[in-house]
Amino acid sequence: MKSVLPILTVVVAIVLIWYAAAIPMNAQWARDQAARADTTLTTSELIADTLSQDRPRLPAPHQVVVELWNSTGDMVLAGRGLSNRSLILHAWYTLSATLLGFAIGTAAGILLAVGIVYNRAMDMAVMPWAIASQTIPILAIAPMIIVVLNSVGVQGLVPKAIISAYLSFFPVVVGMVKGLRSPNASQLDLLQTYNASRNNSFWKLRLPSSMPYFFTALKIGIAAALVGAIVGELPTGAVRGLGARMLSGSYYGQTIQIWSALFAAALLAAALVGIVGLIERLMLRRMGMEQ
Amino acid sequence: MTTEPVIKADGLDLTFQTNDGPVHALKGVDLEINKGEFVSFIGPSGCGKTTFLRVIAALEHPTGGTITVNGMSPDEARRNRAYGYVFQAAGLYPWRSIARNIKLPLEIMGYPRAEMEKRVEEVLRLVDLEGFGKKFPWQLSGGMQQRASIARALAFDADLLLMDEPFGALDEIVRDHLNEQLLALWARTEKTIGFVTHSIPEAVYLSTKIVVMSPRPGRITDVIDSTLPRERPLEIRDTPEFLAIAHRVREGLRAGHAYDE
Amino acid sequence: MTLVILSLAFWLAAYLFNNWLAKSRWSGSRAVRLAVPAIFGVTVIVVWEGLVRGLNVPMVILPAPSAIATRFAASLDLLWIDFVQTVVKGALTGYLIGTGAAFVTAVLIDRSLFLKRGLLPVGNFIAALPIVGTAPILVMWFGFDWQSKAAVVVAMVFFPMLVNTVQGLADTGKMQRDLMATWSASYWQTLFKLRLPAAMPAVFNGLKIATTLALIGAIVAEFFGSPIKGMGFRISTAVGTLGLDMVWAEITVAALAGSAFYGAVAMVERAVTFWHPSQRN
Repeated sequence: MKSVLPILTVVVAIVLIWYAAAIPMNAQWARDQAARADTTLTTSELIADTLSQDRPRLPAPHQVVVELWNSTGDMVLAGRGLSNRSLILHAWYTLSATLLGFAIGTAAGILLAVGIVYNRAMDMAVMPWAIASQTIPILAIAPMIIVVLNSVGVQGLVPKAIISAYLSFFPVVVGMVKGLRSPNASQLDLLQTYNASRNNSFWKLRLPSSMPYFFTALKIGIAAALVGAIVGELPTGAVRGLGARMLSGSYYGQTIQIWSALFAAALLAAALVGIVGLIERLMLRRMGMEQ
Repeated sequence: MTTEPVIKADGLDLTFQTNDGPVHALKGVDLEINKGEFVSFIGPSGCGKTTFLRVIAALEHPTGGTITVNGMSPDEARRNRAYGYVFQAAGLYPWRSIARNIKLPLEIMGYPRAEMEKRVEEVLRLVDLEGFGKKFPWQLSGGMQQRASIARALAFDADLLLMDEPFGALDEIVRDHLNEQLLALWARTEKTIGFVTHSIPEAVYLSTKIVVMSPRPGRITDVIDSTLPRERPLEIRDTPEFLAIAHRVREGLRAGHAYDE
Repeated sequence: MTLVILSLAFWLAAYLFNNWLAKSRWSGSRAVRLAVPAIFGVTVIVVWEGLVRGLNVPMVILPAPSAIATRFAASLDLLWIDFVQTVVKGALTGYLIGTGAAFVTAVLIDRSLFLKRGLLPVGNFIAALPIVGTAPILVMWFGFDWQSKAAVVVAMVFFPMLVNTVQGLADTGKMQRDLMATWSASYWQTLFKLRLPAAMPAVFNGLKIATTLALIGAIVAEFFGSPIKGMGFRISTAVGTLGLDMVWAEITVAALAGSAFYGAVAMVERAVTFWHPSQRN
């Protein structure tokens, strides 16, 4: 609780800096307009103008908030919650690809991790590659996957989900292997003295003790899955999704649209990570492993 | 020259404010320690023995009473490099070699380079670690690490050595050995030593003066002046004289406990 | 069809051989530890080649490794230009500025408990956000050339680095700080002699995370506009013309650059934090 005040202070400071930056960044355009109209602006007129332009270089925070509201809540109230201009719709396109990909990536990651832990050859052969792959900018292949799948007739949700799956796969593998290996020698020895089977030691020791690692990996994985889905929307000039909103915004110089899509993506990411964190806390509390 | 005490505490109080109300870590502590004495502080946990050492070192500040170190306040004494402090863990920096660990306080105090080298050699010899200067702490055993940390406390000219359970984490055999070495070191350097322990034999074997403390509130229940000679082979621990002192310490500890219940 | 069967047979043989190696008595040796993943890698490439040729997979779906290698060798100069543009100018510049600024910021805010309490959660929050999304904005501000890519990289690496460094600076025991106090060490002495060295493992953790982020940022930012060079530009245009061998060649460069970058940082880390348990073996 004692960090609420510091956090609020930092957030307020960021907003103030943002406003302060918006004025000089948009001032040039305001002056140019005034010069064209053969008028001069007083300082207060200049400031007012910089914070209310249609296509500012840096939109003011309230402009972004208003745009966010106009393209979400306001449209819902007007009964057009799922129209083409609604951010809710675009966020849903991105979210569905993220979740599908995340589910596939996580499931595959767990399977591979179990294989690695129980098969020495697999461990020695695959693990170095799984670790090395984390140093590679995998995201670079996103456009290719989209286009290739497009050319064989697969479109829409699935290609994006594949990228998301791919991005969330490796963190889950690495985290899960670490987790399944986290029981120490004496814990494993104890089970041996009970003559426990491999199955027993997996379900009763390895899997439960891997949970903290698993959730840490999930948080990284779902954030990566979202980035994957967004980037997956760029190359085909997609018309739907948050990434598409950013791209079309950047084509037409609609800065406010870019910023509101960016904030929608940020809120989505925060919500997803937050939900995983919540599940983590509930689960670990039930298992008595809460720190 | 007058024989002013190295440490003089008068009615020392220290109360910590915690969520469960105030904790009296020290209450009404009076004590004088003279130059060249080896003083042990013994008592159950919570009796304030470590707190008292930390007050001398100006790591804690008393809430009542007065304390002087070499006639100065603890803070002034620290700035005058009055003492070296040895903690229970060696606390050597893993990224520095043993020699550079010992140099650390000298660097901070701004000794010239040549002087540093000389002193490092000197104290390494004092603690029997010659030739280990280039090793890193994690390449040495626990006992050797603790000796290196003692060397570090000896490297600058402090007359007072404060040791907070320095051998508490070591096994019995290593501990005996280090106790012997510590006595030899004390004899050679004529330093004043304040030593916190919870081992009765260790306290009796090492000290010229044993301060028995008890908890809630932390206070001194007995001060025993040792009648043992300064020259002490390990076998002295089997003499009746030794056992008599040990018995008195044990009685003192027990009395402190009875008071509590 | 024979090619398909041959490649599957190769797979089986390699699998059995790896299995045997892993269970053999040399399984702990360095040679086997290197050989097993190497065999796995070779197997993937052989099977890939065999299947693509045997099944006549069209180039626009998946080019064979040999085709990629040919394209790679034939376009070395082009790949080099792209590498310089994206990795050296965009990623590396942004990496140095971003991690450097984060490091300095961390040392500065570390003096204030209030700022730390406020900035750490906010920093952690921002570090989890899809920062790549700032690319269109930054491209708009800094132009199409590498400066905007470097700016995206700065935005991506700053917060992970900041959070790691602040945590690292807090990573000293009470005893070690007390020890510094008993010597009347000043703030700067404690910082330089105790807290910065102790922070190095966490600092390098941040630096390693940032290497991958830097490359991703630089490449993806080019999807939002770039001069007619750069890895992201080449990938998006080659994808557009279905020149997949070129895409794969660029991906190979990206993979090599990523591993080399990470490896270089890891080597410096090993030299600096040789004393840390994780480095000692």
